[in-house]
Amino acid sequence: MANKERTPFENPVVEWVDSRLPVFTLMQKEYGVFPTPKNFNYFWNFGAIAMFMLITMIVTGIVLAMHYTANTELAFDSVERIMREVNGGWLIRYIHMNGASFFFIAVYIHIFRGMYYGSYKAPREILWMLGVLIFLLMMGTAFIGYVLPWGQMSLWGATVITNLFSAIPFVGDGIRTLLWGGFSVDNPTLTRFFALHYLLPFVIFAVVFLHVWALHVTGSNNPLGIDTKGPQDTLPFHPYYTIKDTFGLLVFVLIYALFIFFMPNALGHPDNYIPANPMVTPAHIVPEWYFLPFYAMLRAITFDIGIPFTDIVFINAKLGGVIVMFGSILLWFVLPWLDTHPIRSARFRPLFKIFLLILVADFIFLGYVGMQTADAKLFGVVPLIYLGQAATAYYLAYFLVILPWLSKNEKGRELPASINEAVLAKNK
Amino acid sequence: MTTIKADDVKRRDFLQLTAGGFGIVGVIAAATPLVNSLNPAKDTLALATTEVDISTIPPGEGRTVTWQGKPVFIKHRTPEEIKEAEDVNLALLGDKEIDSDRVKRPEWLVAIGICTHLGCVPTGQKMTEARGDYGGWFCPCHGSHYDTSGRIRKGPAPKNLAVPPYEFISDTVIKIG
Ligand code: HEM
Ligand code: FES
Repeated sequence: MANKERTPFENPVVEWVDSRLPVFTLMQKEYGVFPTPKNFNYFWNFGAIAMFMLITMIVTGIVLAMHYTANTELAFDSVERIMREVNGGWLIRYIHMNGASFFFIAVYIHIFRGMYYGSYKAPREILWMLGVLIFLLMMGTAFIGYVLPWGQMSLWGATVITNLFSAIPFVGDGIRTLLWGGFSVDNPTLTRFFALHYLLPFVIFAVVFLHVWALHVTGSNNPLGIDTKGPQDTLPFHPYYTIKDTFGLLVFVLIYALFIFFMPNALGHPDNYIPANPMVTPAHIVPEWYFLPFYAMLRAITFDIGIPFTDIVFINAKLGGVIVMFGSILLWFVLPWLDTHPIRSARFRPLFKIFLLILVADFIFLGYVGMQTADAKLFGVVPLIYLGQAATAYYLAYFLVILPWLSKNEKGRELPASINEAVLAKNK
Repeated sequence: MTTIKADDVKRRDFLQLTAGGFGIVGVIAAATPLVNSLNPAKDTLALATTEVDISTIPPGEGRTVTWQGKPVFIKHRTPEEIKEAEDVNLALLGDKEIDSDRVKRPEWLVAIGICTHLGCVPTGQKMTEARGDYGGWFCPCHGSHYDTSGRIRKGPAPKNLAVPPYEFISDTVIKIG
C-alpha cells in the first residue's frame, strides 16, 4: 500500500528502515512538506508550545516520582527533601511546579486562538472536541498533582473539590467514597491520586496524538479563516514553521525560566508550605490560578432553584454550583453547534469579535473574583458575589444566547478571495 | 451458496448482539472487584470509638477531638447560648431541627466539625475565633454561618452540622462512636 507510493531515500540506512517501517516517509509527509497556510501569526505557535510543555511535565515528573513518597506521613517531607537534599532537586521541582502554570498559559492562549479564528467550525469539530477533552484531563491531572506535596492547600483543595461530587444525586456519595477510600481525604486518597497523576499525562499524550491526527486530516485553519485553495496559499511546514515555532518557543521558555529561577513561588500559595492538618482549615482556600474563573462560577450559585415562596427545591445551591462549573466547560464541546455562522474568523465578524473580547475580560474578572474571599467587596462597597454572578451570567449568555443569535443575525464583512490575494494585498 | 437468506442475517445479528452483550457483562464483571477495592478497606472501616474527658472544658469554650479521622466539636454551651438555640423560630431554618433533637444534655453540643457544604472545618471553637452572625460557627471557605445548635442559618451549606452517635459514660466522660 503506502510502500508503493514511497519515494526511496538516498541514505541506505534510512532507506533500509523506511522500506520496512515507513516512519521517515511519514515524518516527511506530516512535518516536512506538509502544506501549511502561509499567513499564520504567532497565535499558531501555542500548539507546539503546549506539546513542549507536556513533554517537559512528563520528563520532570518521572524524575520527581523517583524521589517522592506517596504517604501522608512522608509526602510533605519527601518534597522538602527534594528541595534541599536531592541534587538539583529544587530545579526539577520548580520546573514541574511552574510548568503546570505555563502549560495552562499556553493552552488558554491556544483555546482563545481557536475561539477567535473560528477553528472549531466545520470541518474541525472533532479536532476541537479532542482539544476540550485534553483540557479536562489537564485540569484533572493538575488538581491531583497539587495534592501530592500534602501541604494545607493540597489537603483542603482536595477536600473541597472531592466534596463537589457529593452534590450529584443518588451516586454522588458513592463516588466521593471511591475517591477518598475512607471518611475524608487521607492516606488512601493520596496513594490513589499519585497513581492517577502518573497515569493521566500518558492518557493526555494519547489524546494529543488523536488531536494532531485530526489536524493533519483537515489541515490548519488560519487568521483569515478561509480554506486554502491551492499551492499558492501554503508553505511546506519545514523549514518555514519549524523555525517560526522554534523562535516562539524560545521566547516562551525565556519567560518560563524567569519564573523558575527568579520567582518560583509567585504563582503558588504560601499555605502549601505548611504540612496538611485535617483539624484546621486555612482561613482562605484558593485553588491554583488556572482554576479561579471556574471556582468563581461554582461560588456564584448561592441560591436554590425551585418554586418560589415554597420549600420545594429542584436544584440546591451546591448542586447548582457544580452544574454551572462543569457545564461552563462542557459547553465548549457543543460550541461548533452553538455558533453556526458561516464565517470563521473574528476579523470578518465585528460584532462577534466584540462579544468574544468581552468574554475574555469577563473570564479574567471571574478569575479575580475567584481569588477573593466569599464576602469580599469591590472598593469596599459592592459585594463581589453579585459581580461574580453577573460575570457568570454573561459567560453562560455568550454561549447560549449571544452566539446562536449572532449566527442568525450578524452580517459579517466580505471575505478575501484567497489567502494568497490577501497576503499580497497586505504587502503592497 | 453465496446468497444469504434474510433468515441468516437475523441469526447473525442475534449472535453478534448476544456476543457483544456478554462481552460487556464480562468487562463489567472484571471491573467490579477492581473498583470495589477502592472502597474503604477493612482497617479504615473498623469503627474506632473515642472517649473524651469533658470536665476541663469551661462554659463558652469548645474542644475539638478526632473521630474516624474527622474533627468532632464538643461545645460547652452557656445558658444564653442554649436559650438562643431553643428559641429559634423553626420557619427561619433551612434544615428544620429543634435543638432538643440535637443534644443529649443541653449544656453539651456534640457535632461533626465538617461544614456540610464542601467539607471545611468551621471556626468558632475558641472564643477568639470568628463565630459568624449567629454565634455558633463560621465556615471561612464560602461563608456558611451556623448557630449555637450547629444549624445552618446563612450561606451555601445545605444541612446542619451532623451529630455523631455518642453517649455519656459518666458526667464527665463521653464516648463517641
Ligand atoms: C499533564 C502533565 C502534568 C501536570 C499538569 C502536572 C501537575 C502537577 C502539579 C500542579 C504538581 C504540584 C506541584 C507542587 O506544588 O509541588 C505536581 C506534582 C507532582 N507531579 Fe506532576 N504534572 C504532570 C505530569 C506528571 C508526570 C508524568 C509525573 C510522573 C510520574 C508527575 C509526577 C509528579 C510528582 C511526583 C509530584 C509531587 C512532587 C511535587 O510536588 O513537586 N507529574 N504535578
Ligand atoms: S465548605 Fe463551608 S462554606 Fe463551603
